[in-house]
Amino acid sequence: MPEWITWLFPDQASTIAPKVDWLYLALILVTGSVALLIFTLITVYSIRYRRRRIDQRGAHIEGFVPLELFWAVIPFLIFMGIFAWGGVIYYERSSPPKGTIDIYVVGKQWMWKLQHLEGPREINQLHIPAGYPVRLLMTSQDVIHSFYVPAFRIKQDVLPGRYTSQWFQATKPGRYHLFCAEYCGTEHSRMIGTIEVMRQEDFQQWIEAQRATQPMKSSGKEVFARLGCDSCHSSTDTPLGPSLHNVYQRKTSLKGGGSIVADESYLRESILNPADRIVHGYQSTMPTYRGQISDEQLNELIEYIKSLKR
Amino acid sequence: MDDTATRAGTEPDYLKVEHSLRSWLLTTDHKRIGILYMISVTGFFFIAGIFALLMRLHLISPEGALFKPETYNRLFTMHGIIMVWFFLIPSIPNVLGNFAIPLMVGARDLAFPKLNLLSWYLFMAGGGLAIVSAALGGVDTGWTFYIPFSSNFSKTHVYWMAAGIFIAGFSSILTALNFIVTIHTMRAPGLTWLRLPLFLWSIYATSVILILATPVLAITLLLIAFERAFQVGIFDPNLGGDPVLFQHLFWFYSHPAVYIMILPAMGWVSEAIACFSRKRIFGYGFVAFSSLAIATFGFLVWAHHMFVAGMSMYGGLVFSVLSFAVAVPSAIKVFNWTATLHKGSISYHTPMLYALGFIGLFTIGGLTGLFVATLAVNVHVHDTYFIVAHFHYIMVGGTALGYLGSIHYWWPKISGKLFPDMWGRLAATVGFIGFNLTFFPQFLLGYLGMNRRYATYAPEFQFLNVLSTAGATILGVGYILPLIYLLWSLRYGKEAGPNPWGATGLEWLTPSPPPKHNFHEVPEVTWGAYNYHDMEAQDGRS
Repeated sequence: MPEWITWLFPDQASTIAPKVDWLYLALILVTGSVALLIFTLITVYSIRYRRRRIDQRGAHIEGFVPLELFWAVIPFLIFMGIFAWGGVIYYERSSPPKGTIDIYVVGKQWMWKLQHLEGPREINQLHIPAGYPVRLLMTSQDVIHSFYVPAFRIKQDVLPGRYTSQWFQATKPGRYHLFCAEYCGTEHSRMIGTIEVMRQEDFQQWIEAQRATQPMKSSGKEVFARLGCDSCHSSTDTPLGPSLHNVYQRKTSLKGGGSIVADESYLRESILNPADRIVHGYQSTMPTYRGQISDEQLNELIEYIKSLKR
Repeated sequence: MDDTATRAGTEPDYLKVEHSLRSWLLTTDHKRIGILYMISVTGFFFIAGIFALLMRLHLISPEGALFKPETYNRLFTMHGIIMVWFFLIPSIPNVLGNFAIPLMVGARDLAFPKLNLLSWYLFMAGGGLAIVSAALGGVDTGWTFYIPFSSNFSKTHVYWMAAGIFIAGFSSILTALNFIVTIHTMRAPGLTWLRLPLFLWSIYATSVILILATPVLAITLLLIAFERAFQVGIFDPNLGGDPVLFQHLFWFYSHPAVYIMILPAMGWVSEAIACFSRKRIFGYGFVAFSSLAIATFGFLVWAHHMFVAGMSMYGGLVFSVLSFAVAVPSAIKVFNWTATLHKGSISYHTPMLYALGFIGLFTIGGLTGLFVATLAVNVHVHDTYFIVAHFHYIMVGGTALGYLGSIHYWWPKISGKLFPDMWGRLAATVGFIGFNLTFFPQFLLGYLGMNRRYATYAPEFQFLNVLSTAGATILGVGYILPLIYLLWSLRYGKEAGPNPWGATGLEWLTPSPPPKHNFHEVPEVTWGAYNYHDMEAQDGRS
């Protein structure tokens, strides 16, 4: 990206940022040329064909069908090109790679609560290492928020009652704005924070220093015990409930047909609305745990379930 | 033509027939109802405009110069709601459509004159409720009423406001019905569909959208009220509902609503470009059918407002490609208007300046629409000032300019008087400059990452915000000037005569102002629209 044009962009601090910016530049170029063409024609015609005599009339021209087709088809083809370009980057943005560093995000009026799998919690600030893909698993305690980091060119609404996720890979250490982008009430414009991208070594040091807290999965284990989940979900399948070992990312058949990959969203749903989608071969006996467990505890519980291996 | 004009001219015009307030408030004359709408819609425009100016002044400073956040949030909400439902949607159809449609089809009135009056009262009832809501302290949900904020969290006067919009919706539906029936059944002999002025095609397309989309809005508003009152759980995730469903319903109405706002302005621009180039619109059929194409495709793109709302990626891809498709008919219009200028006989009266300004600003608004239809760019600019700038180029640069332009265009017919053209040109130019200074910086702000609906913002965005505020004050001058000289012209303006612009179209065959029943004799049409090549040179101004 040439230096003289960078004032148009916020910091480029993720792998996807330069891709979005090139597309943006291309769009400026294409649409700018079209606008220039139209404005030039209007100006030239306006001067050249200005009315010179009071009774002067315009030429009688009905139209020209080939020209109409030309300026319908050519723009359409250009549009399809832009669509495809934007779609490819969107696909990348929507498909996290394997082996991401996962961060849980809980939005509430008007703050961001974040938690690392290792346990450390942060508020309105997030430390992450440069050069690693990071996935955010996000939910809201109240209204809809939106997690927006302009320097990364990423944004995703954060909804109550379910997970949404997005991922990025930061490229450049530094401090970047975190904004709430979906209007969420009085202090919406103060629901902001900082993303602190650190060099790998610095991040390691930082996270070591936070080790006073226990990992999310350990906290989740306590929640699991407290709620008595193990009375039905033990290390092997029982008539009461399926084992949760290795359940994460497993394709599971559902009662009444169909199947689902047991991702975080499904695990969450199965705790809050267990009757909605029941695993094939089981009865709907599990009660809802809605109201008995906070969003943070739910996140920890899910991390524990994900850690269960045979 | 002369014959009709002279004989009709012997009876008093529609303004002079009766003078009492009662004769205005109980009128069924489409022209008078048009004027009632003009007064009320313009009033709402200035109210909402003052909200906008206050917001811009507040944003001079990153910390917010004037208001607490809760006040600022109400300002942008009230600005949006009043502009959208009480100015942009009713503006051109209800004011100029009401006034001009019967004249343009050669009819004595709309098909259902009493229903037309009822529509105005419904509109005023809705507007009244909105004003009551504002007076009680306003609403802070944003004009989009996103759930669950508007249902379970906002402590402001959501019921009043939703009721106001709900009722105004019936006004939209009834007016649209009236227009459709009128255009179908009351055209003068010989005025076939393909001889209709393009303004009528676009009003027709608009009316179809209004009738199909407005009921969905009404249902959605009712559901908000039910959620608030009874916790039904359609949208509330704690009761098993889905807040994204609300967004689908809302945008299923509100995206087509954008075309409700812009199509009538496009229709008027076709009239003006033809008139002031004294030339038939290039590719008449393509321009006419592109309106119908926009109305049709406009219903298939709503979820492009929701690319980051939690839809599936494939949903995003589908709605993106459809959004690009809907841009084609709009592009066709712009190309045809430009081509119409070629070999024209172009004069630069005020309405033409507005029309050319419209093409320029709509082009920028439309082209930046391609940016936001592009998925990867949309993710970054969604809910930033880029969006704000984009839709203001369409709605202010397009619709508001079209409203002002069409009022100037038909003003001689409405009032019988000419306004001072120099002042008109000055106002159009000042408005154009002010508009661009206000909204162009917002494109840059948006890509740099400044969010919309922010009462406070990061300090690095201040310079562009100050530019924008400066532009807004200039734009304000561009709006106030016409108010002054148009009112001035009512008393001091020169007599306009039946056809001061030398335009084609049946409305120019009758005196200005027209007699109560429009035409003394129903004209018989033997020519196509914009037959400037056949017209005798008109007297009047060059």
